[in-house]
Amino acid sequence: MADEVRVRIDSDADLVTARAQARAMAERVGFPRPDPTLIATAISEIARNIIAHAGQGEIVLEPFEDGNRFGIVVTAVDHGPGIRDVEAAMRDDVSGRGGLGLGLPGARRLMDDFELRSDSETGTTVTMRKWRYRDELARLREERSRRA
Amino acid sequence: MDEQRTAEAGKGRSAEPSGGEDDLLQELVAYLRDQRTELREEWAQRISDAELLQVMSDEEIFSEATEVYDNYVDALETGSIENLQAYARELSERIIPRGVETDEVLGIVLLLRDVLARSLFARYQEDLGLLNRILDSYEPAANRIAVTVGVSFVEERERVIHDQQEAIRELSTPVLQVRDRLLILPIIGVLDTARARQLTEQLLGSIRDNRATVVVIDITGVATIDRTVANHLVQTVEASRLMGASTILTGLSPDIAQTLVDLGVDLGMMKTVGDLQGGLEEAERLAGYRAGDADDAETS
Amino acid sequence: MSVAILRQGDVLIASVQSDLSDTQVLELRHELAVLVGRHRARGIVIDVSALDVIDSFVTRALRAIVLTARLRGADTIIVGIAPDVAIAMVQFRLNLEPLRVALDLDEALAMLDHRGRRDTEDGR
Repeated sequence: MADEVRVRIDSDADLVTARAQARAMAERVGFPRPDPTLIATAISEIARNIIAHAGQGEIVLEPFEDGNRFGIVVTAVDHGPGIRDVEAAMRDDVSGRGGLGLGLPGARRLMDDFELRSDSETGTTVTMRKWRYRDELARLREERSRRA
Repeated sequence: MDEQRTAEAGKGRSAEPSGGEDDLLQELVAYLRDQRTELREEWAQRISDAELLQVMSDEEIFSEATEVYDNYVDALETGSIENLQAYARELSERIIPRGVETDEVLGIVLLLRDVLARSLFARYQEDLGLLNRILDSYEPAANRIAVTVGVSFVEERERVIHDQQEAIRELSTPVLQVRDRLLILPIIGVLDTARARQLTEQLLGSIRDNRATVVVIDITGVATIDRTVANHLVQTVEASRLMGASTILTGLSPDIAQTLVDLGVDLGMMKTVGDLQGGLEEAERLAGYRAGDADDAETS
Repeated sequence: MSVAILRQGDVLIASVQSDLSDTQVLELRHELAVLVGRHRARGIVIDVSALDVIDSFVTRALRAIVLTARLRGADTIIVGIAPDVAIAMVQFRLNLEPLRVALDLDEALAMLDHRGRRDTEDGR
């Protein structure tokens, strides 16, 4: 678990830390702009959720490599009451503010992979990933196959 | 190469006990090496007859042919793909700048396969059973070689094209400041997501650096864009609005206009103008250089 | 000091100095509401160029500032949204009604002047 960064989320000051750590790791890992900002923004939303709905929790940031891809995995864990209606939480409401004001759909749009598990006993875990192709040639191929 | 033997129906093998598969392979490889000079020349002749590799001189073809032949037979013998891949890539690196095309590379490899196969026919035609077993050894190996060389060439070609595109991308997309607070971004050529991303960065950075309140993006030189790029373009326009600049899109081809409509983009909101000239006039009006109703930059 | 607030005539200029915690955002909101009333300001310019991240909370707070200010007869203009931040906000699909933005302070003041002189039909 080298290079992993853990941020305790206890108060709203921790959000500032979480944003800064996320940006720092994204830049360190080699994300081009504007990705560090996108990642930091997504984490800001998720971290705030922890405080708003569980009071406290933790965010873990970890770089990863997967064949041709490199990126960051973000895991946000709390042991709060859980999100009762996950579907509603992930839906955009008409005013575009994000279901239940949780900002989850927005965070999902900023990241590439997004997974949410929640129940009243264990709490909520959000796992998000953002990644880029290391090899531009692979990206080109992917783009071509998408066009076909 | 035993495992490569395909059990094709209709091959009809007689119960020839002479030697195992390995021995057969060694035998045919030895024969091909022995016939090297003649077969290589025959192959070169076939290449010439098929009018392939016309960008290369006879001496060049001969020298490359020698190397290809030797590597081909080595690959038959060892079954090693790695060496062949490395060689094929290196060969491709040499001949791609010369203008050799994919069909030529595939063509000459297949011609070599045929020349060698024919010579095997000639040698073993007296004994059909043995011939069949020889071919059972030869064919899968030869086909794998053809595929390996072809794929290596194509991949190398893609790499070259990609590098060239990168270079062009870096040179292109100038941002022109025509007036105080007014920028023009003329785009020519293929607009893919990589370029769109670079464009966004350049545009938004220019807005900030040049303190532009109006930007004209001219895509007269772009024939078509896919949905992802179109979406990206729309987001770029919205982002520039958030920075306090208005964006005018000019030179939309009917195709692109349709793509935007399909995306559900409200073209009324987007400020598109037919041609660059009209776009510039509108831009000047917006920037306050002309009389007329100038909207304040709003976020919606 | 996380936000510096200056007064230029009847316009308040709030400059965010660094990333703000949620508490500091709410303090800013409160502070501006008080100051608009006290000085009968007709305009507020909020410079957010020091903000690396503008998320839904900040956006909601800015919206609240705009609405509160309008109730007291003041227009609010946001300046200094950085390129990457703008991209993030657009991708996030943050709803920015009824925020108004300008490129920088000069533009914002010009806009406030312009609107001040025009007959206002409505707050937009």
